[in-house]
Amino acid sequence: MARALGSLDLPHDPRLLVGLTTGDDAGVYKIREDLALIQTIDFITPVVDDPFFFGQIAAANALSDVYAMGGDPLMAMNVVCFPACKLDMGVLGEILKGGLSKVKEAGAVLVGGHSVDDLELKYGLSVTGVVHPEKVVTNAGARPEDLLFLTKPLGLGVVATAIKGGLAEPPVAEKVGKIMATLNRDSSREMLKRGVHACTDVTGFGLVGHGLEMARASGVTLEIELDMLPIIKEALEYAAMGLIPAGAYDNQECYREGVDYAREPGDLEMFLYDPQTSGGLLIALPPDTARDFPWPCIGRVVEGEGRIRLV
Amino acid sequence: MKKVVDARGLACPQPVLMTKEALESIEEGVITVLVDNMASRENVKRFAQRMGCTVDVSERDGAFELKIVKGFTCELPQYQGEPEKAEEGPVILITSDKLGEEEELGHLLMKGFISTLKEATRKPSKLLFMNTGVYLTVEGSPVLEALRELEAKGVEIYSCGTCLDYFNLKDKLAVGHITNMYDTVEGLTGARLVVRV
Repeated sequence: MARALGSLDLPHDPRLLVGLTTGDDAGVYKIREDLALIQTIDFITPVVDDPFFFGQIAAANALSDVYAMGGDPLMAMNVVCFPACKLDMGVLGEILKGGLSKVKEAGAVLVGGHSVDDLELKYGLSVTGVVHPEKVVTNAGARPEDLLFLTKPLGLGVVATAIKGGLAEPPVAEKVGKIMATLNRDSSREMLKRGVHACTDVTGFGLVGHGLEMARASGVTLEIELDMLPIIKEALEYAAMGLIPAGAYDNQECYREGVDYAREPGDLEMFLYDPQTSGGLLIALPPDTARDFPWPCIGRVVEGEGRIRLV
Repeated sequence: MKKVVDARGLACPQPVLMTKEALESIEEGVITVLVDNMASRENVKRFAQRMGCTVDVSERDGAFELKIVKGFTCELPQYQGEPEKAEEGPVILITSDKLGEEEELGHLLMKGFISTLKEATRKPSKLLFMNTGVYLTVEGSPVLEALRELEAKGVEIYSCGTCLDYFNLKDKLAVGHITNMYDTVEGLTGARLVVRV
């Protein structure tokens, strides 16, 4: 991807507060002194069998980037790739209903969409959000002594693989589906109240991949406490059985060199690289407002050169 | 029993599922799984180890070959025939009814030898009687009782069928079983130790 983007001749615009150059979650463009627009797009292949549930998860996944920037979703459009000859239109209807339920929950409006015929089913949203230009939360503001929080447990990719292989028990699939379908809104609002320094959502590149983006953009090192990581307990068994998505190995190969293994993660290693579908927010809060933040604390920010250290 | 699972070109978690199915279909044996990417190689390896199997990974022609062994607790046998028992005693080949040249002394020595066998620290596993040795396993043999005691202790006693025929003793066999040349050859070549008297 970096190679593909590297060849683009991007114009410079002073109103672009966040763009392609910082590897952040969305684009942010200043309209007025008190208003900036957030633009993002995300679509995925199915992670659960039920179409309505899938629609909800895909929508929550797409809306998440707006929350990661500290904004509020305003409008959304459907992005659909559908194998019309293989699947019934009723299935698409259910997916769209699921997506719409989440757009509504986020307080945004569905204004349209686009679909193409495709051999493989994919669904997601293109989302426009709003944020105050001075309150944009990027992944570049983390400072030494900040505390790190993760708002959803790890292992979503592993469980998705188990679901795909028909080896996840229905209650587990349901529990994890609900985690994925949860909007990141509440944690986003709470972090804003506490003067958040940096935030990114943890998705396809896993905790380490997205954590490194934050560490590098902020010029710090993130110290992750292995014992404090929230992990879906059934995922530990699935991982031991080899139900680890290929993306986790790709992430490991790509990001491993950015990690200092001050402590060996053992069985937890692949969870650090596990790609999360509609994962939680990784938040860096100043120490004096971090007390009682109602999500798991997973470590701290320290002086460093844009790396992650496992302790 | 060997089985090959070709999971090349398949996405996660197909290779693991195919391996699972193959392992569940056998009690014991070797399954060879072929995959073409690192993720599948690692996943299949994890799965097999989780199932308590041993895994050997090698690379061949751009693909990974995983040999998964289920059930055997040691390496696969490299030869045909019975797996060795660690405590198996020697096979004793008796080709005469006397021990040594001299007639009278020879018979006496053989009687003494067979009677003392039951006191041996390392009990023989088999006694193979050939040529005039078969006179010792038929009716009227001076060592019948001793042989029956040995048989009761688990020592296998065989008499050559051809030899019994030759001496017209086939229906006079009084202890143990008739054996043929093939079993004799197997018994001798498969033995850890053969003592010929």
